[in-house]
Order: sequence, then structure tokens, then C-alpha cells
Amino acid sequence: MKILVGYKRVVDYNVRIQVKPDGSGVVTDGVKLSANPFDDIALEEALRLREKGVATEVIVVGIGPADLTAHLRNGLAMGANRAIHVVTADAVQPLTAARVFLKLVEKEQPELVILGKQAIDDDANQTGQMLAALWDRPQATFASKIEIADGKATVTREVDAGLEVIEAELPAVITTDLRLNEPRFIKLPDIMKAKSKPIDTIEFGSLDVAAHDHLKTTQYAAPTKRSKGVMVKDAAELVAALKQKGLL
Amino acid sequence: MSDRETMEYDVVVVGAGPAGLSFAIRLKQLKPEVSVCVIEKASTIGAQILSGAVIEPQPLDALLPGWRDNPPPICVPAGEDEFWLLSKTSGRKLPVPPGMHNHGNFIVSLGAMCAWLAPQAEALGVDVFPGFAAADTIYNEDGSVAGVRIGDMGVAKDGTHKPGYTEGIDIKAKVTVLAEGARGSLTKQLIKRFKLDADSDPQGYSIGIKELWQLPPGRVTPGKIVHSFGWPADTHTYGGSFLYHLDQDRVALGYVSGLDYSDPNYQPWEAFQQWKNHPTVKPLLDGGTILSAGARAIVTGGYQSLPKTEMPGALLIGDTAGLLNVPKVKGTHQAIKSGMLAAEHLVAHGLDSAGFDAKLRGSDVMAELRKVRNIKPAFKKGLWFGMLNAAWETVTGGISPWTLKNKADWSSLHKLGAQEEPKRDYVQRTLAPRDRLAGVYFAATEHDEDQPIHLHVADTRICIDQCTTEYGNPCTRFCPANVYEIVEDVHADGSKGRRLQINAANCVHCKTCDIKDPYEIITWLTPEGGSGPNYQNL
Repeated sequence: MKILVGYKRVVDYNVRIQVKPDGSGVVTDGVKLSANPFDDIALEEALRLREKGVATEVIVVGIGPADLTAHLRNGLAMGANRAIHVVTADAVQPLTAARVFLKLVEKEQPELVILGKQAIDDDANQTGQMLAALWDRPQATFASKIEIADGKATVTREVDAGLEVIEAELPAVITTDLRLNEPRFIKLPDIMKAKSKPIDTIEFGSLDVAAHDHLKTTQYAAPTKRSKGVMVKDAAELVAALKQKGLL
Repeated sequence: MSDRETMEYDVVVVGAGPAGLSFAIRLKQLKPEVSVCVIEKASTIGAQILSGAVIEPQPLDALLPGWRDNPPPICVPAGEDEFWLLSKTSGRKLPVPPGMHNHGNFIVSLGAMCAWLAPQAEALGVDVFPGFAAADTIYNEDGSVAGVRIGDMGVAKDGTHKPGYTEGIDIKAKVTVLAEGARGSLTKQLIKRFKLDADSDPQGYSIGIKELWQLPPGRVTPGKIVHSFGWPADTHTYGGSFLYHLDQDRVALGYVSGLDYSDPNYQPWEAFQQWKNHPTVKPLLDGGTILSAGARAIVTGGYQSLPKTEMPGALLIGDTAGLLNVPKVKGTHQAIKSGMLAAEHLVAHGLDSAGFDAKLRGSDVMAELRKVRNIKPAFKKGLWFGMLNAAWETVTGGISPWTLKNKADWSSLHKLGAQEEPKRDYVQRTLAPRDRLAGVYFAATEHDEDQPIHLHVADTRICIDQCTTEYGNPCTRFCPANVYEIVEDVHADGSKGRRLQINAANCVHCKTCDIKDPYEIITWLTPEGGSGPNYQNL
């Protein structure tokens, strides 16, 4: 069984995000970029399935500029067999990403596609669902447990009411939630081994995917600063203050 | 024999700063077939380096001719120099000392510069590994250094192994090059083991605390370089500020305090914030925002404190050796030069470290330190004596027949009440950050809370039984990140007790505690690789 894993590069979660002074975006120069944490979880799960003997090959997929190669090497160092790099200098919206994945699915014929439930940059939470619809295959989103047997995935989903267990016939799309697993540490010798693993490079233009810009970003702004609080002496003063603000 | 995984290289370098990267680049330029890797504890190159920084470009010209066509991301040609003496309410502009003229130099972010150097090293075939901490040195049977051991990942606070536990590997090499920066944790062990400081004075340090600000448009004069001394330091504390105007309405600013200060109540972080609120500085910053902040120890012992820089199987280069030029307030050019010298030496001598120390001492790196050797130590006798002496030493080019002694910084602290406490007379501050915790936020420091505390205190009873009364627990004040706290506990039987609490997750890896603690019981160890501050453009 072949597993395709989405492996997006985002601004690292430890970075304090700064909006560019002109509001055209967030600062990415000199900023640490790393794998979307949910994608790391997706890759970890795929590797565990391979280690259990369920899967035979794990392929990481990245869509982005030429320098994305170094990022994909991290995925290979973690353990993926090979990588596919779809090269484009433009920002990719969820529908475009889903269409790219569909093309790769047609080419690679995987039985499972594991994606992060969302990327921590735009928090769209759409690509997995869109891919399932375009591919016309089942989807199991927000997975916190995955079991594969008899051509079916039994997936525990994190939903508002608690946990929901569903069965999805393979091939299928699964998106990962935070509690699915804890990704492994990369080992130094594996970084060296990753250098000789193959990365297929595909020009975005050659995929015949229309890059519709359905969404237009007009302005980025930092959250407004919280105004200074007021200390109250006792409950009576608190009630009076709330009344004055018309909240009581 | 352990069954640890091992990787072998001809040369392993600890630390991807200007010294380590320049060394690796030079080595590959001279002998491409030599295999070399660079280990860096920061999660990404440049994330844990902090400097002013105004650099002299000549060593870069020698290392990477043509770099000016492809400069690092922040690289502003030096413009006008200013030198100020501050009192609490005003300041006087003084003539700029000869060593501090910066015409022809560049203001850079050293972090961004290292992130720019690393891919150039990789292009030459150097393996650069960020996110891995060299936790220990390993030795051959004959006692020579055999390489480094990478720290284990996934160890819980109590020492047990978490599910993701990954044993660190050994990197074996013919030569280990220590380029850890000031007070390197492996260098410290090696100096002790090989008695490298037997013929030198104790090393001296300062602490530099820095912020990067984004200002409202129009205030910045790109290239302008302003240094000051005087307030808020008293005349017996070595302290001074830097303020460098960058491009895109940004300024880099910081305050350096000599760690040879004697007042146990001195707080380097507070001194920095006080200086920011000085009337000559505050109007520039008002209305701006902080982009990034951090702190780092600076090596200042110079010529007379330089340990032997070679031992069997290993070398020291850059600030971990102690090559910074204090009066110039620069070390990057020395770091690059020493890295290049080390590479040239190893290539010429079949990767044998022997003879490097003599080569370094015979080079212009050492000549530069010799000229200024008496300037910093004289400030121990007070600001005015220090200034007069600095003028004499500068005018004569350091020909004085004497060499002033350095003392260890941990020994300079007076006990509580042993001296009249300097009147600090600090002002009410209005500029951000409010306190050290608010400041640490801008360092984006991150340590997995469930890992062993990497600040090892040999005997915490000393903190409570002895230090509280003798020095008043200065660790709670010299740490710029509020790592050390004395907390009161109420025990089950109702009795009260005090204990040292170490907030290791706040640590910005500046090493001040390892240097200044008066009982020498704090040891800074490497935390899990990738932990620590994530500086942006410092």
C-alpha cells in the first residue's frame, strides 16, 4: 500500500508572527520555517503504518518554490521513501492544492492520502475535504486514531460531542488531529541518508491545474491590543463598573 | 563498549557562528576532500546568536571575495559615529575614540549573517546540522579528544525515557573544533581537563542585552552608530550602550554590563531598561514596537586571559577561545580570522591540532588583542581612571611594559553590606517591556517543560543557607530571563521554607549564571537540541 502525505512548509509555531508595516502580509524574511505540525503528525502516522507492515511506501508531497527542497529533505530524514515537489512561486489556495493532489493521486494511485487537518498559517481546514470530493472517495477528518484492515480504515474522529468512530473504504482521505501521535525526532544519520533519497520535481504548469484565485486577501492586521484593565476593590465596585458599561 | 550509533568525519565543528562557519568554509576551499560537519544547538542557524553588530569587512573579503555583490539580508554601511557620556538627565557628545571609528564597516544582524553563511558552507559540501546539541566530548584511549556526543532527545524531567526517546549519536572526528561562543559548555570542560588556562589569567565576561525595534517612519538615519557610557552605570560598574540605525525604520539597541561588577544588588536587565528611558534615547523609541529581544554573555578577558587554544585532537576558535576586542566592541572579525587560521593550520599539518596555538599567537589576531590588553582591566579602578588609562594605552598603541591582571568574575561580588550600595536613583520606566518575563516573550524561547533542567545547581542548600544572607541570591537579579526565583513554601506541618526554583524554560542561553554565581555551583548544560531562544535578526 502506498500512502501520499501532504507536507506543507509554514512559519514555525514558535515564531512571533509580525504583520508587514504596509499590511500586505506577514513577515517571512529571516523567519524560521518548518513543517506544519499537523503534517508532521500525518507523516508520523504513515511511517507507523509502514513499520507495522500495512503500508509499503510513504511519499511526501510539497507545493512551493524551488527552495522547498530542503524542507522535503526533512520529511525524507524522518523516514519517507521519496518526495514529490510541485514547483510554483505563487501562494497556493486550498482548492488549487486539492486539485494538485488529485493529479498526483491519479498518477501514483495511493490507497491512502493523509493530510494535516489544517495548516497553521492560513488555518483553512479545506484541502482534505476538497480532495475527497474531487476524487469522489470517502473522507475521515480530525483523526485521533487510525486502524487499517481488510481494505477499510477505522478512524476515531475528534468531534464536538467527543469521539466518533467511522469506517471508510479505501482508497480514502484522512486528515490528522493533534492527538493522533507524537512525531519522532529526526536522527543525524537519517539526515545523511535522506540526501540520497529521490525527490521528483514537477512544474506546477505541467499539471494542467487551473490556479483560480477564488479568495482575495485585502489586508493583514495584527489583533488590536487589549486595553489596560481596571482593578476593582470589591464585588460592589465590580457590579457598579459593569452596570456603568451597560453589561448588567 | 556502548552500542551508540556513530558517524565519522575528518572534522567536527561545534557551533554555527561566524567562527565555526568561516572555519568550515575555509577548510573546504583549501581541501574539498576533507569531510566536515557543523553541529548547532539552535533549531535553525542564527536563532541563538546575538551581537550588536558592527563588523569589519576585511576578513569576509578574504574568505568570500565577492560577498558584497550578495550581502547578508541586513547589511547597512556604517555612517556617522557618535560617542556620548550620559548623566541621569542629560548627555554630552564626546570625540569618538580612535578605535571606535566605523567608516568602511557594516551594521549587520549576526543571526541573519550566519543564516546567510550556512548555505554557502553547504554549497561547498559542509554538513550543517541545526537542532542538535553537542552535549559532551568523547575521548580516545590516549586521552585525546575523539569527537562529540549529541544529547539524547525525549528524556523526561525525572530522567526516564519518553515514548519518542532517541539516543544521541557520537560524532567521531580526527579534529574537534570548538566554536561555541563565549563560555562554551564543552570548552569549559576541556579547559579544565587539559589545564588550558594554566598560564593565563581567568577569563572575563560582560553581559549584553539587546532589542530590535520597529520605529514610526522617518526617525531612523540608516548607518548611524551611537555608543554611550555613564548613566545608568555608577562609576565602579563597567557599562555602556549601543544604538545602531538599520534600514526599514529599524534600530538595534542594547546595553552591556561588565560581569566584574561588585554590587550584589545590580541588575543588568534593569540597567538596560533604564538607559532606554534616558531623555536622549526615549524620544526615538516612543511609539515603536519591539521585534525581537535577547541576551548573551560576551568574552572580554582578551590577551592576558586567552587560554591555550589547542589540545590533542581539538582547537578553540572565536569567542569560546576569547578573541573579542573590547575597546573596539567587536569580535566577529576576530572570529572569522581565527576560523580561517585554524583551517589553514589543519590543512598544512595533516589535521594535527599541534602548533595552532603558536600560529594564532603569532598572528595579527593576537597582535590586535595585545595592543588593547590594558584598557578594560583598568576600569576596575573606576570610570575616570579607566578613561585616562584607555587614552594612554590607545595613544601609545599598548606599548606599556606592564600587563594588568584579570580576576574571575564570580569572585568580584561583594557580600551584602560590605560596600556602600551605589545610589541607583532609577527613573520610573514607561517603555516596554514592563519586566523580564515580558521581555523574554520577544526572545521566543522554547524548551519542552518535560526535560531535565539544563541549569545544574550542585548544592541548592548553599542558595538558602548561605547565599541568601551573604549575597541575597544575586542569581534572581543577574539573570536577564527571570530563570532563578526564591519561593516560599508552606509545608504540611505549617512551617515555612524557602527554596530555589529554576524556571529553565525561560532560559535564553546567555551563560551569565554559569559565570557570575559567587559559589561557582551553577553549571549550564545543553538542553534538548533545538530548545532555547528563537531570535529573529539579532
